[in-house]
Amino acid sequence: MKQKFYGGVHPAEHKEATEQKPIQQLAKAPAQVVIPMSMHIGAPCKPVVQKGDTVTVGQLIGATAGLGAPIHASVSGKVVAVEPRPGTGGVPTLSVVIENDFQNTLCPDCKPRENVDALTSQEIIDIIRDAGCTGMGGAGFPTHVKISSAVGKADTIIVNGAECEPYITADHRLMLEHGEKIIGGVRFIMKALQLDHAYIGIEDNKMNAVENLKKLVGDSKDITVQALHTRYPQGAEKQLIQAITGREVPPGKLPADVGCCVFNAATTAAVYDAVALGLPVYQRVTTVTGSAVKNPVNLLAPVGTSFAHLIEEAGGFNGTPARVIGGGPMMGFAQYDMNVTMGKASNCVLCLSKEDLPATSENPTCIRCARCVNACPMHLTPLFMNMFAKDRRWAEVEEYRIMDCMECGCCQYICPARIPLVQQFRTAKFAIRQQAAKK
Amino acid sequence: MEQYKLSVASSPHASSPVGTKNLMRDVLIALIPAMVMGVWVFGPRALTMTLVSVVFCEIFEWGYCKLMHKPNPIGDLSAAITGVLLVFVCPVTLPYWTIIIGDFFAIVIVKQLFGGLGTNFLNPALAGRAFLMLSYPVPMTTWVLPGKENWVGMLSAADAVTGSTPLSVDFMKSAENASAAVEQFSMSDMFIGNIGGCVGEVSAIALLIGGIYLIAKGVIRIRIPAAYILTVAVLTLVFSRAPEGYNIFLWMLRELFAGGLFLGAFFMATDYVTSPNTPKGEIIFGIGAGLLVVFIRYFGGYPEGVCYSILVMNICVWLIDKYTLPKRFGVTAEMRKAEKEKAKAAKKAAKEGSEA
Repeated sequence: MKQKFYGGVHPAEHKEATEQKPIQQLAKAPAQVVIPMSMHIGAPCKPVVQKGDTVTVGQLIGATAGLGAPIHASVSGKVVAVEPRPGTGGVPTLSVVIENDFQNTLCPDCKPRENVDALTSQEIIDIIRDAGCTGMGGAGFPTHVKISSAVGKADTIIVNGAECEPYITADHRLMLEHGEKIIGGVRFIMKALQLDHAYIGIEDNKMNAVENLKKLVGDSKDITVQALHTRYPQGAEKQLIQAITGREVPPGKLPADVGCCVFNAATTAAVYDAVALGLPVYQRVTTVTGSAVKNPVNLLAPVGTSFAHLIEEAGGFNGTPARVIGGGPMMGFAQYDMNVTMGKASNCVLCLSKEDLPATSENPTCIRCARCVNACPMHLTPLFMNMFAKDRRWAEVEEYRIMDCMECGCCQYICPARIPLVQQFRTAKFAIRQQAAKK
Repeated sequence: MEQYKLSVASSPHASSPVGTKNLMRDVLIALIPAMVMGVWVFGPRALTMTLVSVVFCEIFEWGYCKLMHKPNPIGDLSAAITGVLLVFVCPVTLPYWTIIIGDFFAIVIVKQLFGGLGTNFLNPALAGRAFLMLSYPVPMTTWVLPGKENWVGMLSAADAVTGSTPLSVDFMKSAENASAAVEQFSMSDMFIGNIGGCVGEVSAIALLIGGIYLIAKGVIRIRIPAAYILTVAVLTLVFSRAPEGYNIFLWMLRELFAGGLFLGAFFMATDYVTSPNTPKGEIIFGIGAGLLVVFIRYFGGYPEGVCYSILVMNICVWLIDKYTLPKRFGVTAEMRKAEKEKAKAAKKAAKEGSEA
């Protein structure tokens, strides 16, 4: 059953800096958290607290308005502002600013649930919804929407523990230290989806995590822990499905259309917290690493902690940082303001020094080496897409299936001419979408 | 927190350590064994010719770009490769000025006039050779005997002792002469390169080492050379020209080792710019070139067909690429079939509609 997905690259892993380091609590709780009201795909949440309100940990502060997941306070204290603040996406985002009273008072609603075995599928989905679970690997799709849209359609549950991005070890540590939460969470999801089997896919550079989970699953046959090739982007949803089941998700379709439902490992742990412990998503494990921080760490931090605070927890900058990235090096967003804060999907704060920046070229010239064609996991021909996009020939770019591109960055990583392909494709996609909207 | 100057860019924030220059340098490294064999067989003139050619290729490239106010391309080493390869496909007796004319044609006419690196549609070195072949057919087909006693002078090659190559017309066009070739060139001589021919093409083993180096380093993919050499192997085995009583497998090996097949397969047909970009396309390209080599050798006027086979396939590259795009992710054969039928039905309906 195990097979490879097509293409991909293998960048230097750089995981050694943090893969041995246990998950730490923050040494100093942040004095203030800024919680963005948009940490998921869909409509931003509506703040339900006002300036001056006192909140407790786990209290609802943002209610869904349409597609989305509710947002909860991550520290106890006083709301000091509800206003747009710089976001990791580069644009100001409406945020709730809470001043920490360092009491860590837990909301009275958050208490371990008794009798979890008696919960029905719909009850589990409701709990997951109210706890604000979203995809914690990066995209942030609301988990309850994913489950309820796949009930009856999906026949395979896949837990994504691939963590294929270089540097990041948050999921790796979680699988090692809290494997029981992941297994427990998967079993709740299995119940919600009314299925009796699930896969956990983990890249084979984390064999200790594979063994740990295998041990925890024990003799029961309901969960298969599957070691996967270490190859980026193994953790991309479509590629993971291809590697584990051999199925390919058709263009424009969702994994549920081929009977698959994929959850990030951290998401399943959050589901366990929500269902068994009654805790909403207000904290997560994030890796603060890179050559520009003194002491790379895996931190369990409240949502809304600023990048500046996280970097200080990692010993501060080591020399002069050249680029700070929210997320991994392949798909993360470069930040220009250290006051931006981590959200539910922030699995990494990566600080690169000048030597680690990607090579660029003043005069990038395609030599048609076709390394991009051989690296593209979506079977595209980036060199032709780039050729047409450069001339703004959108119709041709579209014909070369640019809309299938998921911007994984393999082509640009491997390009010997250092052509900024992904940027070119983002521009082209934007133009094509705009054109389509006009019609 | 202190203020730092942070750079912002679109992802990915990592890049492969391999750049264009590394790739070009690897190709040059892979050519070293063939160069060494060229010097050993034909004398130091092989080296001086190569140096002159490289220098003039770089001068022409730099001069053209300077004249046209284009960025200086010298650093990328691609012209150096053209310079080396052009000498490798010429006889060692060729006067220096002829090589320089070939360099000019390759770099300025074939490469720069079509847009420079990445946009030429013919392999510059092979196009340069084709041009020299048409313009100076006699010096281009004057072969010297291998070995130290036959080394030609550094400046003038007029005193050369000429001989024939294993693929010479006299041998290949009639069956009884073919046996003479077997006598004159032993199998081991052909494999090692102790035979007459162009500077860089004689030693199959040296070229093989270079080719394996490139494949192992991931500079070239195996598809084109494998498809190319296998096609020639199969055809020369099935339609063997072996003389009576000679083992046809050994004869097939002779056909592979003779001439510029290995040089062409590993270093010319795999030229990034002038070879297809899709996996399927690469195989079609290799098979096509292999067919052409055998056709030219068997039925054409030239004893050797590698140069023209690759040039002809170069012209087809864009067509091949267009029709061999990788299968769309997630689209199965059934889905494609259904799509086709739907289009057919729509066409039919439209036709009926217009008739009615």
